[in-house]
Amino acid sequence: MAFTFAAFCYMLTLVLCASLIFFVIWHIIAFDELGTDFKNPIDQCNPIRARERLRNIERICSLLRKLVLPEYSIHGLFCVMFTCAGEWVTLGLNIPLLFYHLWRYFHRPADGSELLYDPASVMSAEILNYYQKESWCKLSFYLISFFYYLYSVTEDRVSLRCHQVFSSGEDNNRHFKY
Amino acid sequence: MQQPLSSGHGASLQKSSTAPECHQQVPNKAPLRSTAGQYDFINYQNNYQSSVHNIIRPVCPMSLGDTQEPEQMYTTLSMDSSLIVPRGPNMITARPQSEQAFLSTPQQASYITSDEHYCSQVPHNVPSQSTTQVFPPHSAPINHTYPGFSYQTTSVFSTQYNAPLTSQHPATSQPSLNALSCQTKALPKTGQGHTQPSFQSCHAGTTGASWHPLAGASTTIPTGPSDNPVIFPSSASSQTSKGSPLSMPHHINQSYPPGRPNVAKPPVAAAPFARWPPPSADRLISASATPASGSEAQDGMHCGYVSNTQVNSAPSPLSSTSDDEDDDDEAGVDSSSSSSSSTNTSLPNNYDSLEGGSNQGLSSSATKAPAPSDPSSSITTKQFGDAYPTLQPPYLKIASPLHSVGQPTSPGYPPGIQQFTQPFSNVNQLSSSMEGLSFQNKQQSEALKQVSLLQEHNILPPVPIQCPPSSLSPELRKLNCSPDLFRCTLMNVPQTQALLNKAKLPLGLLLHPFRDLTHLPVITSSTIVRCRSCRTYINPFVSFLDQRRWKCNLCYRVNDVPEEFMYNPLTRSYGEPHKRPEVQTATVEFIASSDYMLRPPQPAVYLFVFDVSHNAVESGYLNICCQSLLENLDKLPGDSRTRIGFITFDSTVHFFNLQEGLSQPQMLIVSEIEDIFVPTPDSLLVNLHESKELVKDLLKVLPTMFTSTRETHSALGPALQAAFKLMSATGGRISVFQTQLPSIGVGQLFSREDPTQRSTIKGALHLGPATDFYKKFALDCSGQQVAVDLFLLSGQYSDLASLACMSKYSAGSVFYYPSFHHIHNPAQVEKFQKDLKRYLIRKIGFEAVMRIRCTKGLSIHTFHGNFFVRSTDLLSLANINPDSGFAVQMSIDESLADSSIVCFQAALLYTSSKGERRIRVHTLCLPVVSSVAEVYTGADVQAITCLLATMAVDRSVSSSLSDARDALINAVVDSLSAYRSTVSNLQQSVLVAPNSLRLFALYILALLKQQAFRTGSSIRLDERMFAMCEMKTQPLVHLMLMIHPHLYRIDNLSNEGSITVGDKIIPQPPIMQLSAERLSKEGAFLMDCYSVMYLWIGKNCSSSFINEVLGFSSYASVPQNLYQLPELNTVLSQRVNSFVSWLRDSRPFLSIIYVVKDDAPFKTNFFQKLVEDRTETALSYYEFLLHIQQQICK
Repeated sequence: MAFTFAAFCYMLTLVLCASLIFFVIWHIIAFDELGTDFKNPIDQCNPIRARERLRNIERICSLLRKLVLPEYSIHGLFCVMFTCAGEWVTLGLNIPLLFYHLWRYFHRPADGSELLYDPASVMSAEILNYYQKESWCKLSFYLISFFYYLYSVTEDRVSLRCHQVFSSGEDNNRHFKY
Repeated sequence: MQQPLSSGHGASLQKSSTAPECHQQVPNKAPLRSTAGQYDFINYQNNYQSSVHNIIRPVCPMSLGDTQEPEQMYTTLSMDSSLIVPRGPNMITARPQSEQAFLSTPQQASYITSDEHYCSQVPHNVPSQSTTQVFPPHSAPINHTYPGFSYQTTSVFSTQYNAPLTSQHPATSQPSLNALSCQTKALPKTGQGHTQPSFQSCHAGTTGASWHPLAGASTTIPTGPSDNPVIFPSSASSQTSKGSPLSMPHHINQSYPPGRPNVAKPPVAAAPFARWPPPSADRLISASATPASGSEAQDGMHCGYVSNTQVNSAPSPLSSTSDDEDDDDEAGVDSSSSSSSSTNTSLPNNYDSLEGGSNQGLSSSATKAPAPSDPSSSITTKQFGDAYPTLQPPYLKIASPLHSVGQPTSPGYPPGIQQFTQPFSNVNQLSSSMEGLSFQNKQQSEALKQVSLLQEHNILPPVPIQCPPSSLSPELRKLNCSPDLFRCTLMNVPQTQALLNKAKLPLGLLLHPFRDLTHLPVITSSTIVRCRSCRTYINPFVSFLDQRRWKCNLCYRVNDVPEEFMYNPLTRSYGEPHKRPEVQTATVEFIASSDYMLRPPQPAVYLFVFDVSHNAVESGYLNICCQSLLENLDKLPGDSRTRIGFITFDSTVHFFNLQEGLSQPQMLIVSEIEDIFVPTPDSLLVNLHESKELVKDLLKVLPTMFTSTRETHSALGPALQAAFKLMSATGGRISVFQTQLPSIGVGQLFSREDPTQRSTIKGALHLGPATDFYKKFALDCSGQQVAVDLFLLSGQYSDLASLACMSKYSAGSVFYYPSFHHIHNPAQVEKFQKDLKRYLIRKIGFEAVMRIRCTKGLSIHTFHGNFFVRSTDLLSLANINPDSGFAVQMSIDESLADSSIVCFQAALLYTSSKGERRIRVHTLCLPVVSSVAEVYTGADVQAITCLLATMAVDRSVSSSLSDARDALINAVVDSLSAYRSTVSNLQQSVLVAPNSLRLFALYILALLKQQAFRTGSSIRLDERMFAMCEMKTQPLVHLMLMIHPHLYRIDNLSNEGSITVGDKIIPQPPIMQLSAERLSKEGAFLMDCYSVMYLWIGKNCSSSFINEVLGFSSYASVPQNLYQLPELNTVLSQRVNSFVSWLRDSRPFLSIIYVVKDDAPFKTNFFQKLVEDRTETALSYYEFLLHIQQQICK
């Protein structure tokens, strides 16, 4: 079949990679939101604002937590697909991030059922900075890989077409032209 | 001259029962609104005198906020509004609790109404509303049956409730008051008071203790609030009659005095006395203070009279418009200063004259000023210059080209900050700075002295270690925040992160922001001056560019000085913004205007949640607890709005209806713990004053109610949820008493401890929480301004790691009493009683936030303590209590080369128990240095150790205990090897440390042997966890004692070198190194580990000691479990007792004293604390040093 499994993989990952990029952008916005506080410092000291702020932090953190597993599993799916397709180079490019994700998942703070993004500690500048850096790095990684997948798809397409041209040439050779 | 200063510090921490001074001034001359600047100067009681002291608290309403003043009508709205609501079964659901909060908002107008101490004449303060509240008649006991829960009134009530009330409070409090009125005590640490410039100026001129006069003169000035007439006369008379030199009642005089003495001393010469005093020196001086006090007091009396005569002769008819008598005295004092400083207003507005740091400056000011007509005005001119020293030295440095040339070669001197104002140079200033230079060089060479650790045998100084001196100019240093409140690990801040990395030392701050202070200027002003861009509060380290502009010292923005700020209400003069108290003291408290609150300040609300399961009843804590509550019910901090409630729980949750009008409390039992609800939300949290009889009845009957319970389960989670529902409308404090593992309902926990693994690393696996229920609960609480304090009284494992989360994130505190039992463990019972008392009546602040700002270029990245981090620099503290400390870690983002100093400001905004919004501001100023050597010079080894301890706690929770231990060891190895490679040029084989860090290895070793991080010996998980909690929350002084206890030999106590506190002579034995070789069988040794003390008696200890101090005939007859020292009528016993009680008074909670014999059960505990010795599993100090050396050479 002309349309190889690898090409399918690339096309699927292209779509999913776009979603991952959106996830990461959402992360970046969320961290930015966490980092910026109320403009009016008097508001900050207000107990009512405190409640709002806390709810805000908790809401953002719970949303962030909800995105953790989808992101990790989508990326895991990439790796599985590339393994199946035998795209070793692409797999090799993705393996480091896979291991990082696994490490993050199993090295989360020993906080019982919760995943990452603990509302109690997320506001600590050190941790917030780390998260921010992490999401920027991921964004760049996903963007690069997006274009890589795009390239791979088109190349695959091109090679497919060449193959078709070539094979059609063969077909032509087998028949006489009238 | 430094001794008077330091003893003055000691004096400032007096346990003097002086009156809080109220001070009101309404300017009648200045073109200002009369709301401007009303200054109240208040004696904050030093609360660390736990037992005796606490009793006096109500006397000091300002400081402790627990006097119930009848005049103060906080209105009775809050609870009564809810009374109107009809009761009924549907009320449970129909009345959401927020409604209750809404109903209480009518108080908004009146919450500002202050009691008489706070200028009640301020126009924007609405006077107390004389609310005539109609109390709806209360229906008799509820007889509704609620769906879903069973409801009963136990028969116990009906039988017990007819008993007449016995009010025990007067009986108990009276003797203590007497005791207090005749004694004053100083804290053990000398020189830990405020570094108030004023003290300096008081002492500098006269020899010795020139603050005596002020105390002596006290009889004229201090008059307490009119509602406490009994106490103050007695206290005042005790001070004068006994001639107690150490009481400092008058802060007006002392904080912003004319500073006469400084005249004789130009600041050049002032350099040496600002040096950090050698600790022994202040002991000597304070010891000598008493005998000398007579003549000196007279001297000072004279001084005081001078100012008073000035008052009388002052032309200004400044009659205070305030109505209090005491104000007249103070107004007199103030008018004296205003009259004297009125010459200052005519001074040219330039820094050269303001600085007065040199003769040239003085002469220039003298020429520019109108010629002083009399000596006193010229005196004040000079004094004026000295009292405003803030940022001048840096200017001078820049200004003098010679100096800036010499600067690179002068390592001890901070580089000058950028030029802000007109340059000014002259020879005298140069010489003054040069003199400072030589002084600092000397200081530095002393601090840089290398210590060869392996050769130095006696490394521990015999007196408590002080915070090392920074290389700040003396003027700035004496303005700086007290090291007890605010301390940095590096007193000389490195210029860049690269430099910090080179030094391999952590940069961080240790704070104790809400510490009980003896002296705190409180400022009521309609505008609080803050930087417009970074919102920094104005502080002593800002620079005034001219009279109308000031430059923020954190963000360098130039701000305008508001019109109101130009007026100085202290001196009643105009045009002296730099003499306002805000720019004279580094620790001030503002009473916030209404801008700082959108809702009325919350009332004090206390909810007590008691475990009444079988286990709890067995331990017998409930009886003690209720007894203590009964005794201290009137002393709970709060105002007329104070509310209180009780919940008990076993496998069900019990509520107590205490609605006013009931004949007896009603118990409501909710057995449906899966979905807990609150049966009658309105009547469970009741106004303490209206329902006091019911509350008392309940407390009397509560211990007996559950004596025959068979219920073993503990539904802590549901009880907490119910408590949260009750409290969420108002915020407040939940005190949870728990005695076992929560076994049913949400938040259920299981035993995670393997007793066989206690001594191994594996045993410390479960340091993180098992469930996130408690954390989420704490976060909810934090959002609703509720703090949860946990008292864990448990014999067996209760998973403190999980339970502590409820306090950790809600800014509460944790108390742990292992193996508590009312009969078997009397020592713990005593500690629990005393601690609970302190806990109940200590100062409290509600709905607090704390923000720590630092100079641009520095940033805070990690916080340690109990709080919720709401923003990257904002800590949300539902409650703040005076016993909790905080730590932060910082990094240097941008180079600080532009400035010579950096500043840190911690601002704590809270609602006092009186319903006032207040802001307490601490500012710390530190120099910036550019060489590693200077960084090492300023390293504060105690602060570094404490910061590392909190970091190690985090590491052991997030990673593992062994990682934390390795990190601690590496911290020493790294810093010492960095020191050797960068500064020291000695040969390889010698292990050297800078003098400032000579104890670093010892402290780290002590830390490794501390309960929290110890391995090898059996430690219960809960105890380890509790030690870790303490490390995160204890302030530095206490934490250091926990890490490295003090050991004293006390069998031969003499009065040599003793200090005098009040009429008591406190012997001061030298601190010994923690090694068994220092012990001798002939002696008796006291080890002070902060929360416990061990009195170890050698086998051959002289029978006279045992006889005279312990009251036993011989060594053999001393019982094994002795935990009290009898008060015997022998000299030695009195000395020992006064020493021990002096140690105990220096801390908020009781230290149990265990007498340790060779066969006593606490023997191992005692010997484990001898950290320099080898144990089966831990290295000795010498081996540890060898290990470090090996690591460095690797």
